[in-house]
Amino acid sequence: MEESHVELARVVREHSGRLAAALVHLIGDFTTAEDLVQDAVVAALQRWPVEGIPERPDAWLFTVSRRRGLDVLRRESNYRAKLAQLQWPVQPDPDERLRLIFTCCHPALPRAAQVALTLRVVGGLTTGQIARAFLVPETTVARRITRAKRKITDAGIPYRIPADDELGSRLSEVLTVLYLLFNEAYLSTAEQTQSRDLADDAEWLGTLLHQLMPTEPEVAGLLALIRLHRARAAARFDSDGGLVQLQRQDRSRWDRDAIADATHLLARAAGQHRPGPYQLQAAIVACHAEAERWEDTDWEQIVLLYDMLLHLAPSPVTRLHRAIALRYTAGPRAAMAELDTLADRLDRYHLYHATRADLLRELGHPDEARAADSRALELTANPAEQAVLQQRISWA
Amino acid sequence: MKYVLLFVDTEQFAKDLEAMEPAERARAYERVQEWMADNAATIRGGSKLQPPHTATTVRLDGDREPMITDGPFVEGKEVVSGYVEIDVADLDEALRMAKTWPGCPVVEIRPLES
Repeated sequence: MEESHVELARVVREHSGRLAAALVHLIGDFTTAEDLVQDAVVAALQRWPVEGIPERPDAWLFTVSRRRGLDVLRRESNYRAKLAQLQWPVQPDPDERLRLIFTCCHPALPRAAQVALTLRVVGGLTTGQIARAFLVPETTVARRITRAKRKITDAGIPYRIPADDELGSRLSEVLTVLYLLFNEAYLSTAEQTQSRDLADDAEWLGTLLHQLMPTEPEVAGLLALIRLHRARAAARFDSDGGLVQLQRQDRSRWDRDAIADATHLLARAAGQHRPGPYQLQAAIVACHAEAERWEDTDWEQIVLLYDMLLHLAPSPVTRLHRAIALRYTAGPRAAMAELDTLADRLDRYHLYHATRADLLRELGHPDEARAADSRALELTANPAEQAVLQQRISWA
Repeated sequence: MKYVLLFVDTEQFAKDLEAMEPAERARAYERVQEWMADNAATIRGGSKLQPPHTATTVRLDGDREPMITDGPFVEGKEVVSGYVEIDVADLDEALRMAKTWPGCPVVEIRPLES
């Protein structure tokens, strides 16, 4: 991406969510406010590349929204009262943006709509940008957003921060949306990421959420997780865009300062003694990120962290990852025994078969290993992963 | 805002209820009564429905004579067994009520047209 595009994306993202929050507050109608902001964002993306980014991008976006807003408001009976409030500058209370996030991630909305709505309303992405990032038709994204907004209005989904007794479950809903978004970005290939760096959006949203909820350790945990992955992103692809496995990555390309910062963030969160799945996942990634060389990896600690994670959030996929770590503390035979217990549950998961292939190769069964790699290849749609598996089948 | 909570029974739930000891079943009904009492301030009406074998469905198909069939409008393992109309601030309050419902295992929340 060109530098000017990065800057444009950053400015839009920084201001559009704030404007949306302020307008929902002023107009009292989520859908109308969101439409106004989206119009302004689209106008900005058309004009700023030509005219340059204005000195006060927030004022510019506000003015465009206001002009459109007046047309909408004229049809309303309390037009004058609302009009009086539509004055610059708008300074939304920080909580307004948090309300926006909780509304977009309301559990009564389907997951795909939560993701799209959060990106559009909080992150200032256009429908087209979201569609390209997720490789789905623009009409699909537009329909999801329209339906979601209609449901927010018609079903009475509130615009507020959930009460204390609901905050835990509602926050985990928000974190799931963020995590999905980051996963999508993380799994996409180098080629796709040129159109839009979704990982950047995910980190930005995580940072915002952490600013708004500084005392929630799981928010900090997820942000640390995202940053730890991003700090090593440069080494994940070779010059041809092929995926490089952790073991073979050039660790000198890792951003050691960013890793130290993320680890520090995680340590502070852990100091609150409220462990959760994201903090534990981040701690596991930190074990990898802090190792100077592959041989220095603290596998004992990693197995221990997986045990804790399984205790909090049991899942066959986590057990698979634990088995991978177990290979380095207890040997391939022990890891294989563990894997065998997962056969039923993970038969359709490519990583299960890819891991089996690794272990089979190590245990001296190359033919079975090749068969397992083929099975893995059938099961993944990710081009980067397909390429790695293809190589193993033809080389091994 | 007004909503209807539609209570939906499953076959399994009906079986479980039937298999209960009389005292246990009485406690189950009591819990429902308590829920009704706890939420009395927001409940505007509603009722338990008689079982699906009592249902009759009428299909009005254009010019043709209305078609009358025995049974509920969808044949399935899940049947609407009752409803309450509630008046609460927003969906979150309706959700809060539905989540504490001690009866059947499925509740559909539907807003009323203003």
